[in-house]
Amino acid sequence: MAALDIIGALLVLLGSLFLFLGALGILRMPDLYNRMQTGTKATTLGNMLTLVGLGLLEPAWLPKICLIILFVLITNPLSSHALARAAHRAGYPLAAGSVTDALREDEQAGGIEPGSTACQVRDPGSDPQPEVAE
Amino acid sequence: MVDRVLILAMALAGAGMLLALIRLLRGPNIPSRAVALDVLTLITMPVMVGLAITSGRVIYLDVALVYGILSFLGVISLARYFDQGV
Repeated sequence: MAALDIIGALLVLLGSLFLFLGALGILRMPDLYNRMQTGTKATTLGNMLTLVGLGLLEPAWLPKICLIILFVLITNPLSSHALARAAHRAGYPLAAGSVTDALREDEQAGGIEPGSTACQVRDPGSDPQPEVAE
Repeated sequence: MVDRVLILAMALAGAGMLLALIRLLRGPNIPSRAVALDVLTLITMPVMVGLAITSGRVIYLDVALVYGILSFLGVISLARYFDQGV
Protein backbone atom coordinates (compact mmCIF):
# COMPACT_ATOMS: atom_id res chain seq x y z
CA MET A 1 0.00 0.00 0.00
CA ALA A 2 2.82 2.39 0.79
CA ALA A 3 4.47 1.69 -2.57
CA LEU A 4 1.20 2.54 -4.31
CA ASP A 5 1.05 5.81 -2.37
CA ILE A 6 4.60 6.74 -3.35
CA ILE A 7 4.03 5.94 -7.02
CA GLY A 8 0.79 7.91 -6.98
CA ALA A 9 2.43 10.94 -5.35
CA LEU A 10 5.26 10.88 -7.91
CA LEU A 11 2.77 10.67 -10.77
CA VAL A 12 0.79 13.59 -9.33
CA LEU A 13 3.95 15.66 -9.05
CA LEU A 14 5.06 14.83 -12.60
CA GLY A 15 1.60 15.57 -13.98
CA SER A 16 1.35 18.90 -12.25
CA LEU A 17 4.80 19.77 -13.61
CA PHE A 18 3.47 19.08 -17.09
CA LEU A 19 0.39 21.20 -16.34
CA PHE A 20 2.63 24.07 -15.25
CA LEU A 21 4.84 23.75 -18.33
CA GLY A 22 1.80 23.69 -20.61
CA ALA A 23 0.50 26.88 -19.05
CA LEU A 24 3.97 28.42 -19.36
CA GLY A 25 3.89 27.54 -23.05
CA ILE A 26 0.51 29.24 -23.33
CA LEU A 27 2.09 32.38 -21.98
CA ARG A 28 5.39 32.26 -23.87
CA MET A 29 4.60 30.93 -27.35
CA PRO A 30 4.56 33.49 -30.16
CA ASP A 31 1.31 32.83 -32.00
CA LEU A 32 -2.06 31.18 -31.69
CA TYR A 33 -1.18 27.83 -33.24
CA ASN A 34 1.93 27.26 -31.13
CA ARG A 35 -0.08 28.16 -28.05
CA MET A 36 -2.71 25.66 -29.09
CA GLN A 37 -0.09 22.96 -29.48
CA THR A 38 1.37 23.33 -26.00
CA GLY A 39 -2.08 23.87 -24.58
CA THR A 40 -3.41 20.63 -25.92
CA LYS A 41 -0.43 18.26 -25.77
CA ALA A 42 1.40 19.06 -22.57
CA THR A 43 -1.77 19.80 -20.67
CA THR A 44 -3.51 16.61 -21.74
CA LEU A 45 -0.51 14.56 -20.63
CA GLY A 46 -0.29 16.44 -17.35
CA ASN A 47 -4.00 16.05 -16.74
CA MET A 48 -3.89 12.30 -17.36
CA LEU A 49 -0.78 11.75 -15.23
CA THR A 50 -2.22 13.74 -12.33
CA LEU A 51 -5.53 11.91 -12.49
CA VAL A 52 -3.84 8.49 -12.62
CA GLY A 53 -1.69 9.44 -9.63
CA LEU A 54 -4.71 10.64 -7.67
CA GLY A 55 -6.51 7.44 -8.59
CA LEU A 56 -3.60 5.41 -7.22
CA LEU A 57 -3.76 7.43 -4.01
CA GLU A 58 -7.46 6.57 -3.66
CA PRO A 59 -7.98 3.20 -5.41
CA ALA A 60 -11.69 3.00 -4.56
CA TRP A 61 -12.41 5.94 -6.89
CA LEU A 62 -10.31 4.63 -9.74
CA PRO A 63 -13.22 3.67 -12.10
CA LYS A 64 -14.75 7.14 -12.02
CA ILE A 65 -11.33 8.76 -12.44
CA CYS A 66 -10.69 6.47 -15.41
CA LEU A 67 -13.95 7.77 -16.88
CA ILE A 68 -12.69 11.35 -16.55
CA ILE A 69 -9.35 10.37 -18.11
CA LEU A 70 -11.09 8.70 -21.06
CA PHE A 71 -13.27 11.77 -21.54
CA VAL A 72 -10.28 14.14 -21.55
CA LEU A 73 -8.37 11.85 -23.90
CA ILE A 74 -11.21 11.88 -26.42
CA THR A 75 -12.50 15.43 -26.26
CA ASN A 76 -9.43 17.59 -25.76
CA PRO A 77 -7.66 16.91 -29.10
CA LEU A 78 -11.04 17.14 -30.79
CA SER A 79 -11.89 20.60 -29.48
CA SER A 80 -8.38 21.90 -30.07
CA HIS A 81 -8.42 20.61 -33.64
CA ALA A 82 -11.79 22.23 -34.32
CA LEU A 83 -10.61 25.53 -32.86
CA ALA A 84 -7.33 25.48 -34.83
CA ARG A 85 -9.09 24.77 -38.12
CA ALA A 86 -11.69 27.43 -37.53
CA ALA A 87 -9.06 30.02 -36.62
CA HIS A 88 -6.97 29.12 -39.67
CA ARG A 89 -9.97 29.40 -41.92
CA ALA A 90 -10.93 32.72 -40.38
CA GLY A 91 -7.50 34.01 -41.40
CA TYR A 92 -5.60 34.43 -38.17
CA PRO A 93 -1.92 34.74 -39.17
CA LEU A 94 1.00 32.56 -38.19
CA ALA A 95 3.99 33.95 -36.30
CA ALA A 96 6.62 35.85 -38.24
CA GLY A 97 9.21 33.07 -38.03
CA SER A 98 6.99 30.32 -39.41
CA VAL A 99 8.49 28.42 -42.33
CA THR A 100 5.53 26.47 -43.70
CA ASP A 101 1.74 26.33 -43.66
CA ALA A 102 0.74 22.83 -44.69
CA LEU A 103 -3.00 23.40 -44.48
CA ARG A 104 -2.88 26.37 -46.86
CA GLU A 105 -0.68 24.40 -49.27
CA ASP A 106 -3.20 21.56 -49.19
CA GLU A 107 -6.05 23.92 -49.87
CA GLN A 108 -4.25 25.55 -52.77
CA ALA A 109 -3.24 22.20 -54.24
CA GLY A 110 -6.88 21.12 -54.24
CA GLY A 111 -6.40 18.33 -51.76
CA ILE A 112 -9.39 19.70 -49.90
CA GLU A 113 -12.45 20.51 -51.93
CA PRO A 114 -13.39 24.14 -51.37
CA GLY A 115 -17.02 23.48 -52.28
CA SER A 116 -17.93 21.44 -49.24
CA THR A 117 -19.25 23.28 -46.22
CA ALA A 118 -16.79 21.54 -43.95
CA CYS A 119 -13.79 22.96 -45.80
CA GLN A 120 -14.77 26.42 -46.94
CA VAL A 121 -11.78 28.51 -47.97
CA ARG A 122 -12.37 32.05 -46.86
CA ASP A 123 -10.66 35.26 -47.82
CA PRO A 124 -7.98 35.74 -45.16
CA GLY A 125 -7.47 38.95 -43.34
CA SER A 126 -10.93 40.46 -43.47
CA ASP A 127 -12.03 40.99 -39.88
CA PRO A 128 -9.44 39.49 -37.49
CA GLN A 129 -6.84 41.85 -36.25
CA PRO A 130 -3.16 40.98 -36.83
CA GLU A 131 -1.05 39.32 -34.20
CA VAL A 132 0.60 41.83 -31.90
CA ALA A 133 4.30 41.30 -31.42
CA GLU A 134 5.36 41.36 -27.81
CA MET B 1 4.91 12.89 2.99
CA VAL B 2 2.12 12.25 0.51
CA ASP B 3 0.25 15.26 1.83
CA ARG B 4 3.23 17.51 1.27
CA VAL B 5 3.70 16.23 -2.27
CA LEU B 6 0.01 16.86 -2.92
CA ILE B 7 0.32 20.42 -1.61
CA LEU B 8 3.38 21.01 -3.80
CA ALA B 9 1.58 19.62 -6.85
CA MET B 10 -1.47 21.78 -6.23
CA ALA B 11 0.80 24.81 -5.87
CA LEU B 12 2.41 24.02 -9.24
CA ALA B 13 -1.01 23.64 -10.84
CA GLY B 14 -2.11 26.91 -9.25
CA ALA B 15 0.93 28.69 -10.68
CA GLY B 16 0.00 27.25 -14.08
CA MET B 17 -3.54 28.56 -13.67
CA LEU B 18 -2.12 31.99 -12.92
CA LEU B 19 -0.02 31.94 -16.12
CA ALA B 20 -3.00 30.83 -18.20
CA LEU B 21 -5.08 33.56 -16.58
CA ILE B 22 -2.51 36.17 -17.66
CA ARG B 23 -2.80 34.91 -21.22
CA LEU B 24 -6.59 34.95 -20.94
CA LEU B 25 -6.55 38.56 -19.82
CA ARG B 26 -4.10 39.99 -22.31
CA GLY B 27 -4.26 37.53 -25.24
CA PRO B 28 -4.11 39.59 -28.44
CA ASN B 29 -6.97 37.85 -30.23
CA ILE B 30 -10.06 35.89 -29.32
CA PRO B 31 -8.88 32.33 -30.24
CA SER B 32 -5.88 32.82 -27.94
CA ARG B 33 -8.27 33.61 -25.13
CA ALA B 34 -10.31 30.54 -26.01
CA VAL B 35 -7.19 28.36 -25.83
CA ALA B 36 -6.24 29.90 -22.50
CA LEU B 37 -9.74 29.19 -21.19
CA ASP B 38 -9.47 25.59 -22.37
CA VAL B 39 -6.14 25.16 -20.59
CA LEU B 40 -7.55 26.78 -17.46
CA THR B 41 -10.36 24.23 -17.41
CA LEU B 42 -7.98 21.38 -18.07
CA ILE B 43 -5.82 22.41 -15.10
CA THR B 44 -8.85 22.89 -12.89
CA MET B 45 -10.12 19.33 -13.40
CA PRO B 46 -7.22 17.53 -11.59
CA VAL B 47 -7.28 20.22 -8.89
CA MET B 48 -10.96 19.42 -8.34
CA VAL B 49 -10.19 15.70 -8.13
CA GLY B 50 -7.40 16.43 -5.64
CA LEU B 51 -9.87 18.51 -3.64
CA ALA B 52 -12.28 15.58 -3.71
CA ILE B 53 -9.59 13.29 -2.31
CA THR B 54 -8.38 15.65 0.41
CA SER B 55 -11.90 16.49 1.54
CA GLY B 56 -13.26 12.96 1.06
CA ARG B 57 -16.31 13.88 -1.01
CA VAL B 58 -17.05 11.75 -4.06
CA ILE B 59 -19.44 14.32 -5.51
CA TYR B 60 -16.54 16.56 -6.62
CA LEU B 61 -15.57 13.92 -9.18
CA ASP B 62 -18.93 14.40 -10.88
CA VAL B 63 -18.43 18.15 -10.68
CA ALA B 64 -15.08 17.79 -12.46
CA LEU B 65 -16.62 15.61 -15.17
CA VAL B 66 -19.50 18.00 -15.83
CA TYR B 67 -17.07 20.93 -15.83
CA GLY B 68 -15.03 19.19 -18.52
CA ILE B 69 -18.11 18.48 -20.61
CA LEU B 70 -19.23 22.11 -20.41
CA SER B 71 -15.76 23.36 -21.35
CA PHE B 72 -15.69 21.01 -24.36
CA LEU B 73 -19.07 22.26 -25.52
CA GLY B 74 -17.95 25.86 -25.04
CA VAL B 75 -14.79 25.46 -27.10
CA ILE B 76 -16.67 23.62 -29.85
CA SER B 77 -19.29 26.36 -30.04
CA LEU B 78 -16.54 29.02 -30.14
CA ALA B 79 -14.89 27.18 -33.02
CA ARG B 80 -18.26 27.04 -34.74
CA TYR B 81 -18.60 30.79 -34.23
CA PHE B 82 -15.20 31.53 -35.79
CA ASP B 83 -16.02 29.25 -38.67
CA GLN B 84 -19.43 30.35 -39.81
CA GLY B 85 -20.48 33.31 -37.77
CA VAL B 86 -22.99 31.69 -35.43
